[in-house]
Amino acid sequence: MSAAPEDASVHRALGLSDEEYQEIYRLLGRHPNHLELAMYSVMWSEHCSYKSSKVHLKRLPTEAPWVLVGPGENAGVIDVGDDIAVAIRIESHNHPSAIEPYQGAATGVGGILRDIFTMGARPIAVMDPLRFGPLDDPRSRWIAEGVISGVSGYGNSVGVPTVGGEIVFDETYKGNPLVNVLAMGVLPTERLVLGKASGVGNLAILLGSATGRDGIGGVSVLASSGFDEKSNDADKRPSVQVGDPFEEKRLLEACLELLEEGLVSGIQDLGGAGITCATSETASRGGAGMDVDVSAIHSREEGMEPFELMTSESQERMLAIVEPRHLERVLHISAQWEITASVIGRVTGTGQLRVLDSFDGEVLAELPASTLHDDAPEYKRPMSPPSDLAERRQSDASLGPVNCVEDLLSLLCDPSWVYSQYDHQLFLNTVVGPGNDGTLLRLRHPSTGEETGRGLALSTDGNHRWCYVDPREGTKMVVAEAVMNIACVGAHPLAVVNCLNFGNPEHPEVMWQLSEAVDGMSEACVAFNAPVVGGNVSLYNETNTIDIAPTPVIGVLGMHPALSDPPPTVDLPSDSLLVLLGQEPASNVSMGGSRWAWEIGGCKDGVLPEFDLDEAVRTASFVASSVQKLSLKAVHDIGEGGLAVALAEMAIRSGIGAKLNDYDNHISMFNESGGRVLVVVGNNDLDDFLEAASAEEVTAKVIGQTGGSLLEFGPTVEISVDALIAASESQLPDALGQGTVSA
Amino acid sequence: MTRRVGVVRFPGTNCEFDTIDAIRMLGGDAEILWHGDPSLKNVDAIVIPGGFAHGDYLRCGAIARFSPVMGAVASFAQEGGPILGICNGFQVLTEAGLLPGALQKNVGMKFLCSMQQVEFVSTQNILGRGSEVGDHLQIPINHFEGNYVCSPEVLSRIETREQIVFRYTDNPNGSTKDIAGVCNEAGNVVGMMPHPERATSALLGSSDGASVIKSFLS
Repeated sequence: MSAAPEDASVHRALGLSDEEYQEIYRLLGRHPNHLELAMYSVMWSEHCSYKSSKVHLKRLPTEAPWVLVGPGENAGVIDVGDDIAVAIRIESHNHPSAIEPYQGAATGVGGILRDIFTMGARPIAVMDPLRFGPLDDPRSRWIAEGVISGVSGYGNSVGVPTVGGEIVFDETYKGNPLVNVLAMGVLPTERLVLGKASGVGNLAILLGSATGRDGIGGVSVLASSGFDEKSNDADKRPSVQVGDPFEEKRLLEACLELLEEGLVSGIQDLGGAGITCATSETASRGGAGMDVDVSAIHSREEGMEPFELMTSESQERMLAIVEPRHLERVLHISAQWEITASVIGRVTGTGQLRVLDSFDGEVLAELPASTLHDDAPEYKRPMSPPSDLAERRQSDASLGPVNCVEDLLSLLCDPSWVYSQYDHQLFLNTVVGPGNDGTLLRLRHPSTGEETGRGLALSTDGNHRWCYVDPREGTKMVVAEAVMNIACVGAHPLAVVNCLNFGNPEHPEVMWQLSEAVDGMSEACVAFNAPVVGGNVSLYNETNTIDIAPTPVIGVLGMHPALSDPPPTVDLPSDSLLVLLGQEPASNVSMGGSRWAWEIGGCKDGVLPEFDLDEAVRTASFVASSVQKLSLKAVHDIGEGGLAVALAEMAIRSGIGAKLNDYDNHISMFNESGGRVLVVVGNNDLDDFLEAASAEEVTAKVIGQTGGSLLEFGPTVEISVDALIAASESQLPDALGQGTVSA
Repeated sequence: MTRRVGVVRFPGTNCEFDTIDAIRMLGGDAEILWHGDPSLKNVDAIVIPGGFAHGDYLRCGAIARFSPVMGAVASFAQEGGPILGICNGFQVLTEAGLLPGALQKNVGMKFLCSMQQVEFVSTQNILGRGSEVGDHLQIPINHFEGNYVCSPEVLSRIETREQIVFRYTDNPNGSTKDIAGVCNEAGNVVGMMPHPERATSALLGSSDGASVIKSFLS
């Protein structure tokens, strides 16, 4: 028998390469039939197999004594003490959101929540870092509004608060938005369950929605190729799933009840690659096999083909592995929550995944379960830095037309139009909500509701400008920024999750960017002692072969050890002193990668400012402890837009101005030198504060005082706080608030 | 004696445990009443909490009013038992005909989650004990359909009979006459869009809702 398929167009249409077909042939020792081929194509897709990135991801630090579950499971799990564990995960839903913004975003939220309750945790928080094309592009506005409505419509209804995120607009995301979603849940440590099937004779029960023809090939057709003019994006719309938050809510409550009663020995959500993924992953994790009866799958319509049933990505479904003696109770709880439950599989000891037409009927597919993911290809794709990198780094990014006042106004954007559409208070935990540096939630025991007197902090951060100029240093700075954000609410980091949004992995520059970003992240995570407990890789973010600027998004989870009072906010109080923490950059610091250079100066090249990671570690730790001691009157991290934007945001929130002794040129105002934080201290507290900073080897410098109705930078640049407020508040409602999209 | 409060749980309800936490923190006792069970378990008072009962499909509260528990809730109201509907619970009570008026989509056509200031318009009801007319409270709202509407006849009736319990000082959603909460004629059934259970701790931004819940428990 020849290894060449009869018709090579079949596997190619499914997204498999000729080499991959050869490998399947070798593993099976025969040609796969169509159903088997479809199953391999979804499981070996970039989205499911991480085949291009795996080789790099291995370099990330993943271990610490408090890590209970690291990468590779549905979610990372951290031990936070008091018999409480925290499950956390981040994912992307970029391509579905580009085509069908509302449903793409909605199902992104739904998918990640299932990852969390799969671990036995009740999801208590969602964060949504969002990136869109520019506001003056009508299609980007349509996408932005649809995505925000989708997060709001699904997240609010399913009953999980959206407590923070980001919103970024840039040319690079025109045509390919980034819709990332992070979710976090809490569980009693002893309830932790893993997605594995064991115990020959145990039953695999499919819970939730009927399986339909929606989302077939989502991972292979949609997530694993880019957008271009030749393909009609509307044609891909049927590959986007449709979400039902009410079904998800009932599924969530039912599953948590099953877990609470100890009725399941393993549980797995159905996401990308549907039943194929859930059955093969649970079986091979448990070292078992499984027989799957396709005729038992409750479906939305008659006449669905086995390959459709096996690869559909219909939403709101879970697979529970249950001992036969618990079946009746499982069916009872499902019925109470109006959830359909079907026994679709049996755990076997063979290691084979068999698809059958009824348990004693025809065998439609038979393959070793582990081959679907353990044997997925792993590529060492060629990588090389851009050929013009050296030349690009010569550019002076500080050049361009300068008008400090106008430039500052144009860099302001109040995100409250977005987050006021999200329930961010449910569960009575939100101490510091969206619109601040980091989010801070009370940590209460998931079973008893008892307060622990501690808090969990979250932040998500990305910066495509920094990472485009220098993916390694840029990613390092992004991690530092995320850690600094949670330090501003009094937390020290416990763990990191990441969503690596990159372009086409077949482009050597993209693989170089990815590799550099991974190394930068590793270095920073080691320095901050924050292991990576999970991640997601989204590739093929490109339009007409132009890759997006590399956008690793970092989610960081932190702990506030003694939370009794709200921490200081970004609101500027009057008659106090402004102190800059962190190393002050030289007066000719590079503007490379800054928002000013990209959006005003028109230069995307140059080099990043020098970044001292060790000083950032000391500064973050000092800020967190100062916030815990409540020795600050206000605090705000300096990020994109530099010191001027950070200070303006503080003035806008309080309606109170400030006067700086210096900083009256665009370089000192807008440079984005990393690791800096603005704090406000009372006149009488200054000496003690400076002494404490010095003892921790943290650079601290008084740069001005607060008060008045103006923001003054040195003697020459001044602007009224009212003008700042007007510019900031009008941005999003003017662009997006026209009600052009309805769900 | 500690007051026992039944908190109704429909599929899709999501504020039931927050409500129970707030009640317990303020000295009451609370338990879940499942929507499919017509027994009220001899509770002293009932809360219909916030959320998306039955997914808010068809129309907020339109399906929930047919749940088996609602017949018992109506009888309980008739007998003068204290009932508080919060947000979705307010919508359910208007659909069930236990409160006047209806709640439609916010004028901005957006979901709104934000802190609001409300003012006591009448204290002649189960929430008013210990408060004065004109008292201002900071309590968050969290809804898409919170725009209170009613016919001119109903409006004049509820104004005359002091059935307007709260109004917003800065109307966020287009409600008629800034109405944020109303009660029935007897004052034993109250519905309000703001979430008092979310304003019971200074750590979370406001504790102004505590007085409302304490009055309900007294």
